[in-house]
Amino acid sequence: MEPIIRVDHLTHTYSAGTPFQRSAVQDMSLEIRRGEFLGIIGHTGSGKSTLIQHLNGLLKPTEGHICLNGQDIWADPKKIRQVRFQVGLVFQYPEYQLFEETVYKDVAFGPKNMGLPQEEIDRRVRASVRAVGLSDEMLEKSPFALSGGQKRRVAIAGVMAMEPEVLILDEPTAGLDPRGCEDILSLLRAYHTRRGSTVVLVSHSMEEIARSTQRIIVLDRGGVRMEGTPAQVFARARELEAVGLDVPQVTKIAHALHEKGVAIDPAVYTVEALQKQLLALKGGRAVC
Amino acid sequence: MSTMLQTEHLTFAYPAEEGESAPTAALEDVTLSVEKGSFVVVLGHNGSGKSTLAKQMNAVLLPCGGMVYVDGMDTKQEALLLEIRRRVGMVFQNPDNQIVANVVEEDVAFAPENLGIPTEEIRRRVDDALAAVGMSEFTRHAPHLLSGGQKQRVAIAGVIAMAPECVVLDEATAMLDPSGRREVLSAIRALNRERGITVVLITHHMDEALNADRLIVMNDGRLAMDGTPAEVFTQVDALRAMGLAAPDTVELLYGLRQGGMDVPLDALTVEDCAAAICRALR
Amino acid sequence: MLKDITLGQFFPGNTIVHRLDPRTKLLCVILYIVALFNAKSVLTYALVAAVLLVCILTSKVHYKALTRGLKPVYIIVAFTAIMNLFFTGGTPVADVWLLRHITFEGIRSAIAMVLRIIMLIMGTFLLTYTTSPISLTDGLERLLSPLKKLKLPIHELAMMMSIALRFIPTLIEETDKIMSAQKARGADFESGNIFQRAKALVPILVPLFISAFRRADELATAMECRCYHGGEGRTTLHVLRYQTADYLVLLAFLALAVGIIVLKHLGL
Repeated sequence: MEPIIRVDHLTHTYSAGTPFQRSAVQDMSLEIRRGEFLGIIGHTGSGKSTLIQHLNGLLKPTEGHICLNGQDIWADPKKIRQVRFQVGLVFQYPEYQLFEETVYKDVAFGPKNMGLPQEEIDRRVRASVRAVGLSDEMLEKSPFALSGGQKRRVAIAGVMAMEPEVLILDEPTAGLDPRGCEDILSLLRAYHTRRGSTVVLVSHSMEEIARSTQRIIVLDRGGVRMEGTPAQVFARARELEAVGLDVPQVTKIAHALHEKGVAIDPAVYTVEALQKQLLALKGGRAVC
Repeated sequence: MSTMLQTEHLTFAYPAEEGESAPTAALEDVTLSVEKGSFVVVLGHNGSGKSTLAKQMNAVLLPCGGMVYVDGMDTKQEALLLEIRRRVGMVFQNPDNQIVANVVEEDVAFAPENLGIPTEEIRRRVDDALAAVGMSEFTRHAPHLLSGGQKQRVAIAGVIAMAPECVVLDEATAMLDPSGRREVLSAIRALNRERGITVVLITHHMDEALNADRLIVMNDGRLAMDGTPAEVFTQVDALRAMGLAAPDTVELLYGLRQGGMDVPLDALTVEDCAAAICRALR
Repeated sequence: MLKDITLGQFFPGNTIVHRLDPRTKLLCVILYIVALFNAKSVLTYALVAAVLLVCILTSKVHYKALTRGLKPVYIIVAFTAIMNLFFTGGTPVADVWLLRHITFEGIRSAIAMVLRIIMLIMGTFLLTYTTSPISLTDGLERLLSPLKKLKLPIHELAMMMSIALRFIPTLIEETDKIMSAQKARGADFESGNIFQRAKALVPILVPLFISAFRRADELATAMECRCYHGGEGRTTLHVLRYQTADYLVLLAFLALAVGIIVLKHLGL
C-alpha cells in the first residue's frame, strides 16, 4: 500500500549563506504508513522538530521532497494551506496558542479557517471536545480558566477538529505529571482506534512511545538511526542510550539480567512483560 | 544535626478568585523539618500542594495558619525577609522566566548586587558559582542561546552566588529533556555533596527520588508519606491509591513477590534489582 | 522568518571606540548633536563631518552597516529635502514651470537638512553599534543618577530597559512559535485587505500578551527570591571608571561643540 506521507531525501539548512548556517536535517528519507500509530523519537537537536514542520508545509525543504498521498506538497505552493488541513500538527506546549473567549470558539478556529458550513463546524467541535475527554459544559468556559492539563486537551481538540488524515503531536505530554501524561496518551490511543487514521507521536520519552505506538523511528543528528517495532528497537537498548535517549528502567533491568546470563528476551518495555517472563522462568528451571 | 527548614501545622489557602466563593485550600496541617545538609525530594501530583510548600520555604508565600522557620527564623517577620531569602535560594520551572540579564555573568551577579556585596567579592562569587555548575565557559554568553539544561544551570548559579545554605528547586526539571535533566541533577547532587548545601527537590519524576536521603509525598495538601526512598517506595499499594507509581524496579519486585518469588522489595536501583532477582532464581 | 531579524545592533569589537566608557560616549553624542545643530556654514559642516569620519574609521564599523541603518529613514530624508526645496522663500532658480518654485536658498537648505539628518543618524547608530545594550543602560543610569535626588525613578527605568532588552529575543521566538501553531490551524496572515490582516493578528497577539504577563509575573517572583528590593544599596559587578582616553575624547568633543558655536557667532 502506498504510504500516506513519504519523506524523500529531505535536507533543511537554516540561515543558509550566513556564518550561522547549519543543517538540522540531512538527506533524511522515511515513510509514514496509512493508519499506523507511529512514534518518532530523538533527543533535542536530532532534527525531529524540523522534520515535522516539513510534513505540513510550515517549512520548505532546502532539498528533497515531501509527498502526501503520492503528491509533492510543494507542487503547487498556493495549495499549501490545504496540506495543513490534511496533516494536523499539534505543537509543543499547545496551550500557549489558545486565544478565544470560549473553548467552543477556540476549537472552531481550525474548521472555520477550512470554510466549512456552520453545522459541520458545530458537529466537529462537539465531537473533538468529547474525544479529548472534556464535558459539554466546558464549551462555554474561557480556556484560560481551565487547569493546565485541560488547556492542553482543548488545544489538541483544536487540531483534531480539522479531522486531518494524519495527526502529528510534538511532545504532547511535556511538563505534565504522570497522571496528566497517561490521560493524554490514552485519549490518543482511543482516537487512533476509533478513527483508524494515522497518528504520529513525537517524543524523547522511550517509555510513552513504547506503550502507545506500533512502529518507532529513531532520529539522531538529522538522520534516521533506527526503525522497527518497539520490540525490535528495544532489543538495541544499549545503542539507544549511546545516542542520548532514556531507556525505561524496566528495559535496563531486563538487559542487566540478560547480561548476567538469565535466559530472557531483554527487548521488553513494560513491567508486566518482564514479570511474566521471570515467573515463567521460575516455574521452569532456574538459570543463573 | 541542626534543622534547616521547619513547618509546624502549616496551613495555607489561596485567596478566592473571581467566580469562586471560597478560598482554595492548598496546604493543610503540614508539619515537617529538613535537616541541614540533607537531600530531600518532595513528590506529588499537580495540585498536591508541593509547589505551595516550596514557596513557603523562603517567604514568597506566608502561612495562613501555623509556622514556618528558616534556620530558626520565623518567615512572618518582615525584618528578616532578605536574610531568609539569601539563605534559601529558589529555582523555578521555566528557565526563561527567571533569567534577568542578557549576559550570563551579569545574571549570576544579580543577587549579590542586590545584597550590596563589594565588586571584587561579586566577581569571585560569580566565577565560583559558574564553576560549581560547570558553566564557566559560558560566562560571556547570551542566555537565550543556551539549551534548557544550561539555562537552568545558570539559574542555579544565580542562586549559589548568594552563598545560600539551602536550595529549593520547584519542578526545575519539568520542562527539560532527559539530557537537560541529567545535567541539572548532577549539578545539584554535586552542590549537596561537595558544599553541604541542603537541597529540597520538588518533582513528579519518580526516578529523581532514588538517590535522595529522604522522600516526602504530598497528596491533597497534606503530608502523605515521609521516609527514606526505600521506606516510601515499598508501600506500593498506598502509592497506587494516590495515583502515583513506584519505580519500575519496585513495581517489578512487587509483582514477582505476588507471583510467589522470594525477592526483597527495597532494591531500588537497576543493579540491586537485577542482583536480587538473580539470587532468587538461583 | 522573524528570527532572521538582526535585533542586536551591537557589533562587538575591541577598538578604542568600543572600549570608551559608555557615559563618555553618551556625552560625546550629545555634544556632537549640539555641534551638528549649530553648524550653519560649509566650514562648520565639514568640521563636524570630519570628526564623524574619524570616529567611524577608528571604530572599524563597516560603512555598509551604517548605510543599512539609514534605510528606514530614506523616506523622511526625501520628504524633508522636497519640503525644503519647494517651500523656502528666496530667489527662484529660473522662471520656467516647476523651477519657478525652487529657490537657491531652498536648494541650500535642502542639502543642509539632508546632511544634518544623515549625520545625526550615523552618529547615534555608531553609538549603538559600538556599545552593548547593557553598558548603554548602565551608563545612562549612572549619568542620570543625580536626578534620583529629585525622586525620579532612574534605577527602575534602567532596570526596565535592561529587562526589555533581555526579553526581546525570547518574545520574538515565542511569536514565531505561536504564528506557526496558528498557521497549522489554517490561519492566513498573507492575504486579504488591511482590515482582514489586522484581524488575523488577534490569534497571535492574545496568546503573546497572556504569555508576556505570565512571564512578567514569574520573573518578578524570581527577582524577589534573589533579594531584589529596588536600587537602594545595590552594588555592581562592573564598575564604570573614566580613563585618560575618556577625558581626552570628552575634551575633544567639548572643543568641537564650543568651537562650532563660536564660529556660528562669528558668522562663519
